[in-house]
Amino acid sequence: MNYIPHTETETREMLKIIGASSVDELFKHIPASLKPKSFDIPEGRSEFEVVEYLKSLSRKNAVGLTGFVGAGFYDHYIPQAVDALAGRSEFYTAYTPYQPECSQGWLQAIYEYQSVICELTGLDVSNASLYDGGTALYEAAMMAVRLTGRKKIIVDSGVSLIYRTMLYTYTSNLSIEFVETPVAHGQSCREDIYKCLDEKTAAVIVQNPNFFGAVDDFSDICEKVHSKGALAIASVYPVSLGMLKSPQEMGFDIATGEGQSLGIPLSFGGPYLGFIAVKKEHMRQMPGRIVGATVDQDNRRGFVLTLQAREQHIRRERATSNICSNEALCALRALIYATLLGKRGFQELAELNYQKAEFAKSTLEKIKGVKVMRSSPTFNEFTVCLPMNSDELVSKMINKGFACGFPLGRFYKGMDNYLLVAVTEKRTKEEILNFAKSLEESLCS
Amino acid sequence: MLIPDNLFYTKDHEWAKIEGNNATIGITDFAQSALGDITFIDLPKAGAAVAQFKFCATVESVKAASDIYAPLSGKVIKANAELNAKPEMVNRSAYDQGWLAVIEIADLSEKSKLMIAPQYKEYVQGLAK
Repeated sequence: MNYIPHTETETREMLKIIGASSVDELFKHIPASLKPKSFDIPEGRSEFEVVEYLKSLSRKNAVGLTGFVGAGFYDHYIPQAVDALAGRSEFYTAYTPYQPECSQGWLQAIYEYQSVICELTGLDVSNASLYDGGTALYEAAMMAVRLTGRKKIIVDSGVSLIYRTMLYTYTSNLSIEFVETPVAHGQSCREDIYKCLDEKTAAVIVQNPNFFGAVDDFSDICEKVHSKGALAIASVYPVSLGMLKSPQEMGFDIATGEGQSLGIPLSFGGPYLGFIAVKKEHMRQMPGRIVGATVDQDNRRGFVLTLQAREQHIRRERATSNICSNEALCALRALIYATLLGKRGFQELAELNYQKAEFAKSTLEKIKGVKVMRSSPTFNEFTVCLPMNSDELVSKMINKGFACGFPLGRFYKGMDNYLLVAVTEKRTKEEILNFAKSLEESLCS
Repeated sequence: MLIPDNLFYTKDHEWAKIEGNNATIGITDFAQSALGDITFIDLPKAGAAVAQFKFCATVESVKAASDIYAPLSGKVIKANAELNAKPEMVNRSAYDQGWLAVIEIADLSEKSKLMIAPQYKEYVQGLAK
């Protein structure tokens, strides 16, 4: 298939009008050093060959493992209705809802998604969604820089290393100073945060539960942060909000997070879902699309994209962000998921996750040599200290049919024997008991 | 079209009222009328340094979001916080209640780069043609 729409005759005609003898001549002002020497692309293959090749790649995956891995991305049950509804062509093939007169369905769905995010976080305004948890956190950091006119950001090291790396990568060409503060006994070190906190600080960023699974009440930190005129930003796990204190209750200005756990399947590379919610006073600095509700001239309820003067197509280089899209289908899935569960269901889901993780904790700590870290309360994920290298244990457990957790040594120095274990509502009592048994065997062998 | 005699004007339709070392700044009647209903104003922050003819605020109307440029260089002493709740005051009273900010003038000689009322009037009439 040829993706170039011009015929040779058309190309020649255009070149003649421009006054160039060839396409190469047209682009001759591009220095040779900037031109690719070779694209190094192999010859084309047939559909059949490509399918076979991809199948052979997929066979390299360990499939059918019972999952106890979380680390920011969780194995929750997705009701069939999510696929059925989100797969409807009215949604699945729809284009950007810039024209409200022919996009009311989509706009209403996004408006309701925003309402769900506001309900969960307790904050006033949500946007139409962002790419993922990491980009959402970056956008929050940049909001704080714009709102305060300051350039120093304190990041708690309990924030996922993936997110921290994304923050540093995105801002590598900006003069923003990041200071990382340590985690001790699972919790953010107040003293270290307060020592770094000053009148140059734009924001303090924390995560709840943090990467080690520890739950914290950050109300005290938010208060101190505000006393210095800085903003408090939290990256949160949405399912945990079914039972934990909300970011609004703790006093956060901005809450962000990864929305994958809301009806989006685990996959390598996404697409996932970033969410961001802020206090009303900060909404003019929000990135991305926002859908608002209004009434038409006959007083009928309707929905439109609103506050667009923040955005790139109007504000150009002074836009709040270069985000000019959203993760609409994933946001729709999150909306359908949350709506199916309802308020009670969401609370029960959170409770179930918590209880199962507590059961797993008490089961695992009966194993000789295994120590469950209990210095902080947790939600559905916790840290375990092992008598062996956790990366090695992970390999052994794959052979026994378990994805047993995330080896913390990969992200944190000196934690080679620590394993991060997540237990969602999907894990049965039997699976947890079998998991403990296999873990015990792996430690002995 | 209101063009008060006692003010100085820019080509971008900002005005400055110079009183001693301070200047009150805003947008002209022509500007507010061209923008239409104003919905939000991102005011300069007190303490911020502004430079002549450089970006200092944003005015959003139902038609557009427009950058506002400072008529003179200096330091912002205060901004008109009442506009946060009532941005439409700029439409109603561009030269009086609709002022945007007061700046402490850094260099009074910059005044020579601004237009006086008759010049601005001629300039606006030229634009209309």
